[in-house]
Amino acid sequence: MAEAPALPTGFELPLEPRLPRIGSVDAVALEERAASLAKRSIKKEAKVFALELAIRTTDLTTLEGADTPGKVAALSSKALRPDPSDPSIPSAAAVCVYPNLVPTARERLRGSGVKVAAVATGFPSGQYPTAIKVADVRGAVELGADEIDMVIDRGAFLSGRYAKVYDEIVQVKEACGDAHLKVILETGELGTYDNVRRATLLAIAGGADFVKTSTGKINPAATLPVALCMLEAVRDVHEETGRRVGFKAAGGIRQAKQAVQHLVLVHETLGPDWLTPELYRLGASSLLNDILMQLRKEKTGTYQSPDYFTLD
Amino acid sequence: MGELDRRPEAAPAAPREWAYAPAPESRDVVRIAERYGHFVGGEWLEATESYETISPSSEEPLAHVGQATQQDVDGAVGAARNAFANGWSSLPGSERAKYLFRIARLLQERAREFAVLESLNGGKPIKESRDVDLPLAAAHFFYYAGWADKLEYAFPNRRPRPVGVAGQIIPWNFPLLMLSWKIAPALACGNTVVLKPAETTPLTALLFCDVLRQAELPPGVVNIVTGDGRTGAAIVDHPDVDKVAFTGSTEVGKAIQRQLAGSGKKLTLELGGKAANIVFDDCALDQAVEGIVNGIYFNQGHVCCAGSRLFVQESIYEPLVEKLKRRLTTLRVGDPLDKNTDVGAINSAMQLDKIRELVAAGEEEGAEIYQPPCRLPEKGYWFAPTVFTNVAQSYRIAQEEIFGPVLSVLTFRTPEEAVEKANNTPYGLSAGVWTEKGSRILWMAQRLRAGVVWANTYNRFDPASPFGGYKESGFGREGGLHGLEPYLRFDE
Repeated sequence: MAEAPALPTGFELPLEPRLPRIGSVDAVALEERAASLAKRSIKKEAKVFALELAIRTTDLTTLEGADTPGKVAALSSKALRPDPSDPSIPSAAAVCVYPNLVPTARERLRGSGVKVAAVATGFPSGQYPTAIKVADVRGAVELGADEIDMVIDRGAFLSGRYAKVYDEIVQVKEACGDAHLKVILETGELGTYDNVRRATLLAIAGGADFVKTSTGKINPAATLPVALCMLEAVRDVHEETGRRVGFKAAGGIRQAKQAVQHLVLVHETLGPDWLTPELYRLGASSLLNDILMQLRKEKTGTYQSPDYFTLD
Repeated sequence: MGELDRRPEAAPAAPREWAYAPAPESRDVVRIAERYGHFVGGEWLEATESYETISPSSEEPLAHVGQATQQDVDGAVGAARNAFANGWSSLPGSERAKYLFRIARLLQERAREFAVLESLNGGKPIKESRDVDLPLAAAHFFYYAGWADKLEYAFPNRRPRPVGVAGQIIPWNFPLLMLSWKIAPALACGNTVVLKPAETTPLTALLFCDVLRQAELPPGVVNIVTGDGRTGAAIVDHPDVDKVAFTGSTEVGKAIQRQLAGSGKKLTLELGGKAANIVFDDCALDQAVEGIVNGIYFNQGHVCCAGSRLFVQESIYEPLVEKLKRRLTTLRVGDPLDKNTDVGAINSAMQLDKIRELVAAGEEEGAEIYQPPCRLPEKGYWFAPTVFTNVAQSYRIAQEEIFGPVLSVLTFRTPEEAVEKANNTPYGLSAGVWTEKGSRILWMAQRLRAGVVWANTYNRFDPASPFGGYKESGFGREGGLHGLEPYLRFDE
């Protein structure tokens, strides 16, 4: 039997004056609102702005068992200069890899503003003892990661052991030191928007710098309603405490159009302040080339073959 | 690694504002004639008198439309009577259904054209005419097409028969949708129709005549005459009209009821409202805010069931009002044809005057006004989305129907108090309840004196769901099985 749900000790402590009430989420209305925002028609200079912003906020990601230094070096170069033929295209925000590949990325990105993010804490399942997860984070930071993408313990969360989830986040945050902490909720496994909201607030209470939707290993991942639900929780925290928490949408975002929809969601929920890599990220891999293709179309008026964009 | 890979700083600081570029729907899909006559007996009759209809968002003249005289109305009623007697009323239900299905499909096919014209002539945002008005209008025809051959089953052992000629007068807030609410059940039941669209928004009804032609509806089954209140009065008064259906203001509704007293004509009235939208402290807050916004700013508040009185449980008053004000700043007011517009133009100069008058009264009475910063176009009729707080039940803005984008916020402490205050109005068309507690929704719905009670949603319509009011909001129901009854007579 599951342990009795218990609020973690000091649930409200990390935030002053207090956390927003957890409250509830109405699924029908949430999905309706997300769908209506997805219908915004973003054209011309507004579209170029969005596409460039999408690149600047992208965590270019590879998380495969088959990742090698060669693959990661190539990806890092792509993050630095997404389109070698067009110097006006900005760099991505970060490269996101497994801890073992952090040194390669670190080396390739040295001196640039592009960050190195590492997934840790027994990614993607998180089904490991806390001590191992914390050690995982320490290792990644020592290898040079600027940012840590941790996963919450969904097993603990779904069985009502919120305190365990919270305590782990607190410990991981401590192990991060100066590294930024992104907390992955893996919303595709949480089942309800109420859970998504609860987990978002729990992660923020535990000290997350960013809350992130998904690992990319589970479907559904960063759907628009899930993103909206988390953005509203971030907004509540900001309104009640003044604290600005970042948001990262990751998983299933492959087309430029989806990226623009996600940006519209942020824009109309949290406002323009959040439209910066310090507070917003898109986790993606194949998305980048579609954005480049759309950008070139906006600039030249014609679509070009995918062969004109590098595969990395 | 080459020098090329080394770029000193990642990116310039983000520009602070992301202004959406204009995204106008093309006007080219619709052709507007220079002048229109009346559609009588399947033919266009030239109008003897006419007036100009405009676009309220720009005051641009769109077309000249007829002002139907007594003779025009006589002709239209005569054509309807003739069609009723010679074929339509005795046509098998399954045959009538075919025409209705055809009309429904044609509306779907020509949806874009109708949506653009609706926004142009009425001022509502294209996203609403495209996503709400047109799909619902087509759905009404589909729905009532299904009933046409099943009337015996809808009213078993009562021998349902058509009433005769229906005189129908519709408002300007949902021109084509109200037309379909009126025409679809009337035809399904075997009646013929004389319909008058509102004075300010005749164009989609006139375009609808082309759909009737395409559907090959027999001449005279539907006749459309345009004009102001005088034309409406002539229809209501006509001795050969058997049934009157009116949607519009309570004032005119009362006048019609007086006029018809003792005439034996059947009557349904769908009139004004001052709906209570009741928000409990255990609601899903952000979604309730969306519902409040949809409840009052949908179609610029030109909605008879608009949630114009917001009752908030006092324990969440402050966060809710803060969220609401914040949400208002993201509403995009402007060109109705822009796909990103959330709030369009006020329908007419007259309506704008009325809204201004009541808003001034609210300020004078001591309510606190909030309007988000937004730049309204210089030409046309515009009013910024408005919220009044500190409103007392006795203020005019809490009592009278404003029919504009103006919300009055009041508070309550207990469910009993919410019901008492919500019902304390001469109207009773609709109400909204926001709570996560299912039992409370049912408890409230039983006690609210309103034709429709929405729970955790607002302004949601479906052709299968009857719609209509209590008290000064009118009588009779439109939609659903109930919506057939006003168009039938029974042997009893």
